[in-house]
Amino acid sequence: MNILVCVKQVPDTNEIKIDPDTNTLIRDGVPSIVNPFDGYALEAAARIKDNAPDTKIVVLSMGPQQAETALCECLAIAADKAYLVTDRAFGGSDTLATSYILSKAIEKVEELENEKFDAVFCGKQAIDGDTAQVGPELAEHLGYPQVTCALEVKSEADGLHVYREAEDGKEVIGVKTPCLITFTKPSFDPRFPTIKRKIAARKAKIAQLTAAELTSIDPAHAGLKGSPTKVKRTYVPPRKEAGVVVKEETVEASAHKLFDLLSKAHVI
Amino acid sequence: MNFKFTDEEQDILDMLHDFCVKAVAPMAAEIDDQERFPEETWHQLAEMGMMGMAYPEEVGGAGISYLAYIAAVEEISKHCAATGTMFSAHSSLCTWPIFAFGTEEQKKKYLPDLCSGEKLGAFALTEPGAGTDSAMQRTVAEDKGDCWLLNGSKIFITNAGYASVYVVFAMTDKSLGTKGISAFLVEKDTPGFRIGSHEKKMGIRGSATCELIFEDCKLPKENLLGELGKGFKIAMMTLDGGRIGIAAQAVGIAQGCIDQTIPYLNQRIQFGKRISQFQNTQFEMANMQTHVDAARLLTYRAAQAKQDGDRYSHLAAMAKLFAADTASDVTRRCLQLVGGYGYTREYPFERMMRDAKITEIYEGTSEVQRMVVSGWMGVK
Repeated sequence: MNILVCVKQVPDTNEIKIDPDTNTLIRDGVPSIVNPFDGYALEAAARIKDNAPDTKIVVLSMGPQQAETALCECLAIAADKAYLVTDRAFGGSDTLATSYILSKAIEKVEELENEKFDAVFCGKQAIDGDTAQVGPELAEHLGYPQVTCALEVKSEADGLHVYREAEDGKEVIGVKTPCLITFTKPSFDPRFPTIKRKIAARKAKIAQLTAAELTSIDPAHAGLKGSPTKVKRTYVPPRKEAGVVVKEETVEASAHKLFDLLSKAHVI
Repeated sequence: MNFKFTDEEQDILDMLHDFCVKAVAPMAAEIDDQERFPEETWHQLAEMGMMGMAYPEEVGGAGISYLAYIAAVEEISKHCAATGTMFSAHSSLCTWPIFAFGTEEQKKKYLPDLCSGEKLGAFALTEPGAGTDSAMQRTVAEDKGDCWLLNGSKIFITNAGYASVYVVFAMTDKSLGTKGISAFLVEKDTPGFRIGSHEKKMGIRGSATCELIFEDCKLPKENLLGELGKGFKIAMMTLDGGRIGIAAQAVGIAQGCIDQTIPYLNQRIQFGKRISQFQNTQFEMANMQTHVDAARLLTYRAAQAKQDGDRYSHLAAMAKLFAADTASDVTRRCLQLVGGYGYTREYPFERMMRDAKITEIYEGTSEVQRMVVSGWMGVK
């Protein structure tokens, strides 16, 4: 079985810094990690490989050059090969443009690897943008059936069995390949890298795909220009200040105090 | 002396740090409280290839430097000293003597499983009457022609019960004193060998510490490790290396305790100020960190000497002596700074203080380290 796992490098911080001019993330000086949901997708692929060692896992990311470190991390954990889609022309892509570029990149990777992928695995969303759109859109571009928010996947004779959490219990959905599955947090922790894989990953060459290689991409649908949605403003909301506790000796006194405070604040 | 790790080693240490934060630290209080051996951590470290990291790839290791292994013991111990004990005893005290003194057959048979962490190892020298005076061995191995017959008992054995391979010391000729002690390899399920009582300890409570009992335990002739009568030498050489691991464990405990203390000091308000703003706090912390760094340098120096094939017995003794003393002192002082909360089990300080004490005792007490150092100095 051949599985392609899409991963995104995201900043590892809750204090996200935004460039006020471009409204994009400031990545300098912020440690980066593999988006945790993508890590669950990789773990799901690795679990299939545990049972079927001839499974091939390819990871694909789109982003700046430094996204290579995220791909190296995936190689150290379970991936066999990694591709990075990187080009200034793709910068500023919204989810539709991103999923379009990824769909074309997947076709290119299939051509280069001379094999078709049976399944594309994605995290259900990235923890920085939180749109949860790229996976489903990618499935549409590829024309694949999709199952979202999977916990676990098992390879069976009739296709893949996808385990999902539903409101009133667990669902098992059968899906024919090729297909796209997005993953949410399972009950188990993803595996850690091994020393041997880590050393090999350090030496691995990450194949790069630029606009020059991805000739099938229509520039009108890629990058900032090809994005129908625009981020108008991104900002860190001001922190809420600690509230005032009103606790007088009696309930009446508390009520009076509260009334005074509210009227002084011109709320009532 | 340059203790800079290669980029590759640093990557591996970063990876271990990440693992410790996610998987070791969250369990430390629980395994201490329940006196539970961290079996899952052993298996996870094995999967990552950490259990034999410092041994060559030919025998199943990862081929990482000894210095980086020592830094790994330190890293694990920062988060959980009991896990550090399991890790260090396995690699330094069981795998190493087999690697250094084993026959080709013994190496082939035992090292791949020990290096992969598939099997855990232990080292058994101490007896009820032979602690610091380890020459007073009463366990006897009798040559029966076609086998060795082992009788006696060992106490305070780390990893006992979980280990599959035990390096066991026994008298083969009482009339020869220390030259009559030999080393043997004993496998877990050997008839006549059983695990006795489990010790309840003050610290490193997650570490398995048990008695080993040998009653007419028949060992194949080929289970003699090293030459006949060289057991005492093997034990002492093994402990020389083990001491660097314990020094690293002590450095880890001390550094881990400091790392946990700083955020507390920076947020605790007393007399209208953060307690970190008081000069007493600042000076205490600066002194402690200086001591920990000095202990770390002594430890790394000993590790580097071992790695380079230089004499390191006295360096290991100095490192362990100073690091153990530092660990006990630093954990006690940190707890004092934290005060009442530090004395409760809600916080890790009391555990770290209890854990630190063992580093002054096992693999040679601080007094033994002083004997080794003064002996090396020529003080008679």
